[in-house]
Amino acid sequence: MSRTLYDKIWDDHLVDLQQDGTTLLYVDRHLIHEVTSPQAFEGLRMHKRKVRRPELTLAVPDHNIPTTDRSKGISDKESKLQVDTLRNNCKEFGIQLFDVNDKRQGIVHIIGPEQGFTQPGTVIVCGDSHTATHGAFGSLAFGIGTSEVEHVLATQTLIQKKSKNFRINVNGKLPEGVTSKDVILKIIGTIGTAGGTGYVIEFAGEVIRGLSVEQRMTICNMTIEAGARAGLMAPDEKTFDYFKGRPMSPKGDEWIKALAQWKTLYSDDGCEFDKEINIEGKDIEPLVTWGTSPQDISPITGRVPDPEKESDEDRKSAMYRSLEYMGLKPNMKISDIKIDAIFIGSCTNGRIEDLRLAAKLLKGKKVAKDVTAMVVPGSGLVKKQAEDEGLHTIFTEAGFQWREPGCSMCLAMNDDKLTSKERCASTSNRNFEGRQGRGGRTHLVSPGMAIAAAIKGHLADVREIH
Amino acid sequence: MEKFKNLKSIPAHLPLMNIDTDMIIPKQFLKTIKRTGLGKSLFYEMRYNEEGKIIKNFILNNEPYSKSKILLTGKNFGCGSSREHAPWALLDFGIKCVISPSYADIFYSNCFNNGILPITIAANIIQELSEYSKRKKEIEINLKEQEILYGNKKIKFDLDPAKKKRLIDGLDEISMSLEKVSSINKYEEKIKIVKPWITRND
Repeated sequence: MSRTLYDKIWDDHLVDLQQDGTTLLYVDRHLIHEVTSPQAFEGLRMHKRKVRRPELTLAVPDHNIPTTDRSKGISDKESKLQVDTLRNNCKEFGIQLFDVNDKRQGIVHIIGPEQGFTQPGTVIVCGDSHTATHGAFGSLAFGIGTSEVEHVLATQTLIQKKSKNFRINVNGKLPEGVTSKDVILKIIGTIGTAGGTGYVIEFAGEVIRGLSVEQRMTICNMTIEAGARAGLMAPDEKTFDYFKGRPMSPKGDEWIKALAQWKTLYSDDGCEFDKEINIEGKDIEPLVTWGTSPQDISPITGRVPDPEKESDEDRKSAMYRSLEYMGLKPNMKISDIKIDAIFIGSCTNGRIEDLRLAAKLLKGKKVAKDVTAMVVPGSGLVKKQAEDEGLHTIFTEAGFQWREPGCSMCLAMNDDKLTSKERCASTSNRNFEGRQGRGGRTHLVSPGMAIAAAIKGHLADVREIH
Repeated sequence: MEKFKNLKSIPAHLPLMNIDTDMIIPKQFLKTIKRTGLGKSLFYEMRYNEEGKIIKNFILNNEPYSKSKILLTGKNFGCGSSREHAPWALLDFGIKCVISPSYADIFYSNCFNNGILPITIAANIIQELSEYSKRKKEIEINLKEQEILYGNKKIKFDLDPAKKKRLIDGLDEISMSLEKVSSINKYEEKIKIVKPWITRND
């Protein structure tokens, strides 16, 4: 019987299956960070439980740490307590930790692949919704709550029911200036923020195959913004090359065996999907969001939509609320929207390729007057690589701040946040009300579009930057 | 986990779609290392102004809704971040049941790990229930019968039987899974041979 990629990984991880479909699913890789794990360890202690397989969990602080110099420790008391708690828990339960000043520290979804901890065909979970990122390597990766983190620590399994299969084919080729960020924004705009609820999405098609591994990660990363817990892509030669020689990748004979298994990870010809749609690459333009939901997209050449033209009453009132929060008027040109801040970073767009692309466009230019701009590399190794290539000089000479790695202004748990009514072109993943700071206004964009906005001081077309 | 008991309460109605978990509990409250104490910060930015003063016209700031155990909301409730702080905040505030046309997946499963019942029901029923919120009349939730009772009406709702049992019995999922430890052992023995690279010894 022909099976989808999701079916194959699922079947391969069944520990126990009950009649009603309730499944005990094995977890191969578990990532934890300081914000969603303390209560899980507390639960273990309360019930006198052990961590079943400590070597299958990897810990890193990322959400709640400063991105300024932290060689002398963390000054924020609560933040310090959370990071200290993670350190103590890892020590007590024997879990490997990349601590704040470890050069491998970084955003959990960047360091997993970087180290080869992430691998094709595995089930990967983390108490973070952007765990979907790892699906770009052909792993079934999804976000879980803290109770489930505790469950994985204690049992190395999760109780799950299978989702439905959804395939999105992105066909043809992408026009110039269009990146994988625009592809995923287009997908979310097309199916809506709940369009993937109850499904695991497999991304396929010529456009996906043509993307680099890092660009693919941007797409899977934001699958959750379309409502699906997990997004998947079949691994290919690019994927296998990516993992060759990574510190935690299989080696020697095991590499040969692993590769043979990884090559079986694709949806069989003729397998059926519960839902399938096609998107044409040529129809995608450089996009921005105008509202407070990731589905609120517009081409950079477009105008802010008019809620009066919306027939659905709930949607209409949501649009009015968004426009009021965002301080925008219907029908104004998107490229007339002035910007106060630029954020380049996050698990969506904080990798070396993102920084290279941004630096290339920025070289020799300056950040517009009155615009605050910040680059936060996704990991210590990304930061080092960028510095070895001299990218940091391009950023700092143009007026960008060059920060230490972490989640930073993507969720603004640390000091990196917008003030009320401040407007940001951001390469992150959520434009929710207050996401980047109370009253802050977020426009989601690709790294190239963030550079265009930085130079012009307003939302601008990356195709006009040379 | 506490067992879910039948509920009677005046529901509070928040007629917004796509309420995300950032709205339910903003990031500054995620710095805690505890599960409790988040109720006062539930829907923080809607409940308090920038000076931290109570916003009078927000529904949960007013009697009797400040004591509501049932929340009526728009579709796709709980989207966004996986933070379990969202159900913790709801529970700490006193909300034990959410009624919405749809939920985001992660939030939905987080509810069952905290004894909260998320009921999925058509938008027109929520509209009817919202009248009871306006009139400050109680509605009743009977989990065993899977019914919402209001006025002289009784509406059935669907629920996965395993999830229902967990709420009614207040079952600890980890204990349930640990009973299957021999299956887990067996699985691990198998992958040691079939996929030896999964076991890390570096």
